[in-house]
Amino acid sequence: MIKKSIALILIAILFVAIFFTLANDLPFGDNRTTTGVSDKYIYHGVNDTGASNLVTAIVVNYRGFDTLGEVTVLFVAATGVGAVLYNMGRPAGKKRKKTEASLIVRTGSRILFPMMLLFGAYIFVHGHLTPGGGFQGGAVIATAFLFKYVSDTRYHIDHNKFTATESVVGMTFALVGIMGLLLTGYFLFNFLPNGSPGELLSAGIIPIIYVAIGIKVGAELTGILDNMMEVEQ
Amino acid sequence: MILTIAVAILILMMMVFAVYSVETKDLLYAVVGTMAVSLIVSILFYVLQAPDVAMAEAAIGAGISTAVFVIAIKKTERYEHD
Repeated sequence: MIKKSIALILIAILFVAIFFTLANDLPFGDNRTTTGVSDKYIYHGVNDTGASNLVTAIVVNYRGFDTLGEVTVLFVAATGVGAVLYNMGRPAGKKRKKTEASLIVRTGSRILFPMMLLFGAYIFVHGHLTPGGGFQGGAVIATAFLFKYVSDTRYHIDHNKFTATESVVGMTFALVGIMGLLLTGYFLFNFLPNGSPGELLSAGIIPIIYVAIGIKVGAELTGILDNMMEVEQ
Repeated sequence: MILTIAVAILILMMMVFAVYSVETKDLLYAVVGTMAVSLIVSILFYVLQAPDVAMAEAAIGAGISTAVFVIAIKKTERYEHD
């Protein structure tokens, strides 16, 4: 009890200290971004990359190589989950025995599932124009499949098709990078015209890469969820 | 000023949920607590003009990871033992 109250008092002191230090030193909502390297991104980002969303411009164009690494990390994580869970008490050909979802959930999932897929696709297709991008869109798509799993006990994704899709879009990302290397001499360099900022077909290679990332992340997260749902207790 | 107070209230709520999820013995409630933390963090990101991060946090932190934890709890045990 004494330990607990000491911990709570410490947390309260830390909260007060951190919050008021931040509130004093960093005025909330002030514009502190017009110094240093961020200056360059803000004033030249749209001309350099053609993307209206500067976050996407940085994530996919300026530091596209890091994004390739991020996607690889996610791929390794999904592979690890699959490797650990694949042979763990998977019933051979047996259906999952579970209580059926209620009528409201089943009907709602039938209406909402295509809309959620469409919304996820919208997020990653418009990644260079509006907030969001491949990772967020992919997560929304995985949520749609999770909804399908929750509402329908017989629902089952086709693992081979998902893995094939994931491989193809993963290779698309790498191929776009290699094409940049061949055409301009730099890996993942933007070799397509920038177009006019604000249009759907602009920003060079960013839409291609973000669509690839979106589908890849969606397939991977769905694979992780499927692996976890299929394991017996 | 109003914004600062609102943010302070959100951060306080976040801390309450965080402490609750650490302290509770029912892991399902703990998962709901972490989900609430993620949701409030995502609101804070939006207030701080980072909608990209807010979307990622809401979709992954509050959506997928909660589902993963709930599935894991369903396959194992719900209550923490001392």
